[in-house]
Amino acid sequence: MSDHAPVTDWVHDFDHTDPRWTENPFPIWDELRAECPVVHTKRFLGCYLPTTYEAVKQVAYDTEHFSSRRVIVRDVRPEITSSAPPITSDPPEHKPAKQLLLPPFTPDATKKLEPRVRAICNELIDEFIADGKCDAAARYSKHIPVRAIAHMLGIPEKDGDLFIKWIHEILELGIKDDDILMQAVHEMTEYFAGQIEQRRRHPTEDLISTLMNARDKNGQPLSDKHVQGSLRLLLIAGIDTTWSAIGSSLWHLAKTPEDRHRLVAEPELLPTAIEEFLRAYSPVTMAREVVKETVISGCPVKPGNMVLLSFPAANRDPAVFPDADKVVIDRKENRHAAFGLGIHRCIGSNLARMEMTVAIEQWLKRIPDFRLDPAGQVTWSEGTVRGPRQLPMLFKKAA
Amino acid sequence: MRDDRRNDRGTRDMPGKLKIHVDQDKCQGHARCKSLAPELFVLDKFGNAHEAGDGSVPAGLEDKAWLAQANCPEIAIDVIEE
Repeated sequence: MSDHAPVTDWVHDFDHTDPRWTENPFPIWDELRAECPVVHTKRFLGCYLPTTYEAVKQVAYDTEHFSSRRVIVRDVRPEITSSAPPITSDPPEHKPAKQLLLPPFTPDATKKLEPRVRAICNELIDEFIADGKCDAAARYSKHIPVRAIAHMLGIPEKDGDLFIKWIHEILELGIKDDDILMQAVHEMTEYFAGQIEQRRRHPTEDLISTLMNARDKNGQPLSDKHVQGSLRLLLIAGIDTTWSAIGSSLWHLAKTPEDRHRLVAEPELLPTAIEEFLRAYSPVTMAREVVKETVISGCPVKPGNMVLLSFPAANRDPAVFPDADKVVIDRKENRHAAFGLGIHRCIGSNLARMEMTVAIEQWLKRIPDFRLDPAGQVTWSEGTVRGPRQLPMLFKKAA
Repeated sequence: MRDDRRNDRGTRDMPGKLKIHVDQDKCQGHARCKSLAPELFVLDKFGNAHEAGDGSVPAGLEDKAWLAQANCPEIAIDVIEE
């Protein structure tokens, strides 16, 4: 495991795994944006960071010069052995791979899951509401998306802890340690191979069977490798992302009584507030690999480098969002890019929005008054997905 | 820009004179429009948005049309004043 030297010059040597970035990235992004629309670091074998909404958008829309074959910025860049279509696909392979997955994730399709998600939220709250305190990340936000996606895939919700372990190893530890990453991918592959085998004998009606039964444009079933890759994607992308978004929203509400009171009094404002939490605390930073030389916002970018595609930084750009550094829960115009821009728009965006809305709604209904526990410490995840991993809260015990 | 237009002329003064159109080359299925103005948009089986009917905005729904346009991350929605 390689340790990174602390950053002293953010403009020429940025590092998104530096503890200061993890703790509070917003002033760093503002500093970099004021300096240049695209900055570069020699770390991670060479990586650019577009800092403005416009530059992020240009990269996201440009699949000719920027490939999605690598979507995580890491210390090493080994040969690509496992893909996760469609997130790691470029045109023309991208569209058919994505279209296979889209129908189960439309707003109407995800709406069917809502009762289960609401029940999950209530079951979790039941476990700690009598205590008057809890770690809202470890005991609430963390468990909602993993159980929901398990439900969709048709695998036991109790396997959630296993999934959470793999995700931590792939998205956080894997940035600096290739062995841990490969081991986690191997374990996931074995797990899903078992699930696929079971369904060969006993077909089901869940998302795994949907993928197994899918046919490509030539009428052929998808390869096991493709099915495995897509399952890996759904699991990795669908869990700590939404967990982070729910956690950040609760963190904001815990420290901002006026917003909390307003949402309790005006629950109809919640969908608008959720969009603002998505903008202000976007959890997901993606990546691209430069495959052809080009110019972004006047800055030349060269092949061989990665691009850290920070939708969270784009969403804080004051050129696009008035009062970009303020959380305005009734913000009317909000073209935020929390779910990406262009062809790789997050497939799970409707699911994530539903989970966030239900999770915050149920929490506010049952725990309308809460605050951060001054005796505890809030900690944030490092790297690709940002959200609270410890979120100690105090609230009135339920009668 | 949009606000200027609305404030100067006032969409409320021109009922039923707006038309919307979703550019299929731009829409990526964020579905923000469907959430903000469900009466004006339909989603296909992939979740991509299309204007409902011929895109005419019924009187009284003008603000929703503008709101949907202002929240589309891909800038895929055209609102045309006839």
